Amino acid sequence: MIIAERNPMFAKINSGIKLYFHYISIVLRSTMQYKASFFLMVAGRFILSFNGILGVYFMLSRFGQVKGYTFGEVLLCFSIIQMDFALAECIGGGFATFTSIIRQGEFDRILLRPHGAILQLLGSKFRIDRIGLILQAIAMFVYGIAVSPVDWTFGRGMTVILMLVGGTLLFTGFFLLRAAFTFFTIEGIEAVNILTYGAKEHGKYPLDIYGKRMMRICTYILPYTLIQYYPLQYLLGRTQRWYYGLYPFGVAGFLVICYAAWRFGMRHYQSAGS
Amino acid sequence: MTNYKKYFSFFRLQFNMELQYRVAAVSGVVTQILWGFMECLAFRAFQESDFSAYPMAFSATVSYIWLREAFLAAFTTWNADGEIFDSIMNGGIAYELCRPVSVYNMWFSKTAAGRIARAGLRCIPLLAIAFILPRPFRLMLPAGPQHFILFAITLLLGLGVTVAFCMFTYILAFFTISPQGLRMIFTSMVDFLSGAIMPLPFMPERVRKIVELLPFAGMFDVPLRIYSGDLAGADMLRGIGLQCFWLIVLVVCGKALCRAAERRIVVQGG
Repeated sequence: MIIAERNPMFAKINSGIKLYFHYISIVLRSTMQYKASFFLMVAGRFILSFNGILGVYFMLSRFGQVKGYTFGEVLLCFSIIQMDFALAECIGGGFATFTSIIRQGEFDRILLRPHGAILQLLGSKFRIDRIGLILQAIAMFVYGIAVSPVDWTFGRGMTVILMLVGGTLLFTGFFLLRAAFTFFTIEGIEAVNILTYGAKEHGKYPLDIYGKRMMRICTYILPYTLIQYYPLQYLLGRTQRWYYGLYPFGVAGFLVICYAAWRFGMRHYQSAGS
Repeated sequence: MTNYKKYFSFFRLQFNMELQYRVAAVSGVVTQILWGFMECLAFRAFQESDFSAYPMAFSATVSYIWLREAFLAAFTTWNADGEIFDSIMNGGIAYELCRPVSVYNMWFSKTAAGRIARAGLRCIPLLAIAFILPRPFRLMLPAGPQHFILFAITLLLGLGVTVAFCMFTYILAFFTISPQGLRMIFTSMVDFLSGAIMPLPFMPERVRKIVELLPFAGMFDVPLRIYSGDLAGADMLRGIGLQCFWLIVLVVCGKALCRAAERRIVVQGG
C-alpha cells in the first residue's frame, strides 16, 4: 500500500488486480446459486473429454505406437494441450464468447466504464464451469507421467510449467485474435475455430506425426510447435538441445501481434446497434 | 393425407429458415475441410506406424472421413435444435401444446428439416472439394451402383435414428429444469458410439461387437462403410436390419414418453 500511494502506476495495477478478484468472487457466488446445474455441467465436461482419451487409447493399443510415440508419451502431450485449452477458456472466456457480447451490445456498456475493456472481459466472463475439463486434464497428466518414461530433472519440470503457461497464453491469444475479428464481422466466423478447437483436438498427438509440411505451417504461421513439439522433444529426452525447453517464451511475440490486432479492431468498432 | 400436410409445412418452414445462414455455411465448410484433412493425416501416420494393424483399406477410411464431414450437420446430436430446448425452458411450449398437432411429430419434422437443410447446403461444396483432392486423400467413388443406392437408403435411415434419439433429449428437458449437463454426457457418449470419433473397426474386437448392436452404430458407421464397400454381405444386412429395428423402437418409445411428459407438464408462469 505504501508503494501504491507513492506511485500512481502501481496504484492502477493494484486496483486492477483487486477488481479482477472481485469479479471472480462475484462469478463464483452467482454460479453457486445453481449448485446442481453447476455440478452437472462439471460432470458433463469431465465425461465429455474422456471421449478423446478413449479414442487415443484404442488407437494406440491397436498400433502400439505412432511415429515412435508410445501411449504414455501421447497422453502426456494430450493432457498438457487439454489443460492449456481449458485454462485459456476459463480465464479468457470473455474473448471466447465475444460474438454474443458484441451482438447484445454488452461491449458498449463495457466501454462506458472507467476501467480497461480487457480487464472487465476477463473478470466478468471467468468460466468456472471449465473446472471439469481442468480436473480431467490433471488426472490424465498424472497418469501420463506415471506411464511415460520421462527422466525428471529440474529443467524438465520447468519445461512442463513453461508449456502450460505458454500454451494457455497461446490459446488465449487466439481467442483474443478471434475477438478482434469480431469487431469487423459481428457474425462469429466458424473457420477461426480451427485455430483453437481444432488445435486442441488435433494437438493431442505430437505435431510431427502430421508430416513435414504441417510442421512448418505450425511453426512459422501458427506457433503451435513452440509449446508442443519442441519442448516435448526435450521433455521426452529425444534431443540434446536443452534450449528447446525454452521455446514457449516465443509465444510472447505472438501475443504482441494479437494485442495489436485487438487494439486495431477496437479503434474501428462501431457498435452492433442493439 | 391432410394430416401429413401440416407436418410437411413445418418441414418446409424450418428448411427455408436454415437456408438463410449461407455465410455461416461457407465458413463451416472451410473448417470441416481442414478438420477432415488433419484427421486423414493422423490416420496415415498410424498406418505408416504399423501397416498390419490397420483394419480397413486406407481409401475406405478417407471416404469415411469425408462423408462424415459432408453429412456431419445432419448427424451430430450436440447441435440439437436449440429453439425447441428454449421453448421448453421458457414456457413457449404452452403455445405449441395449444396447436392441433402432435408435438412429437411436429418436432420430429422440424428437427429433420433443419438437419437436411444444413447438411444439404454444406455437403455439395465439401464433396466437390473432397473429390478433387490429391491421391491418397481423395474421396473415391462408391464401390458400385448398388452400394451407392444402399448408402443413400441407410443414410436416410440413419437420419431417422438420429432424430428419434434427439427427441429423447428434448423430452428429457421436460423432466429436468437444467438439461445442459445431462445433454453433454449423452452427446459425448453418442459421438463415440456412433463412430463419429473413429470408424468402429478401429475399436478393439470385443468392444466393437457390442457397439455394433447399439442404435448409435446406425448413425454414422453403417452408411459410411457401406459406401466404400467396407461393410458388405451378411454384416451389412445385419446393420440395415438393426437400423430399422432401432428406428421403430426409438420412435415408439419416444412417442409414449412424450405423451407421458405432456400429461405432467407444468408451465411456470411467464
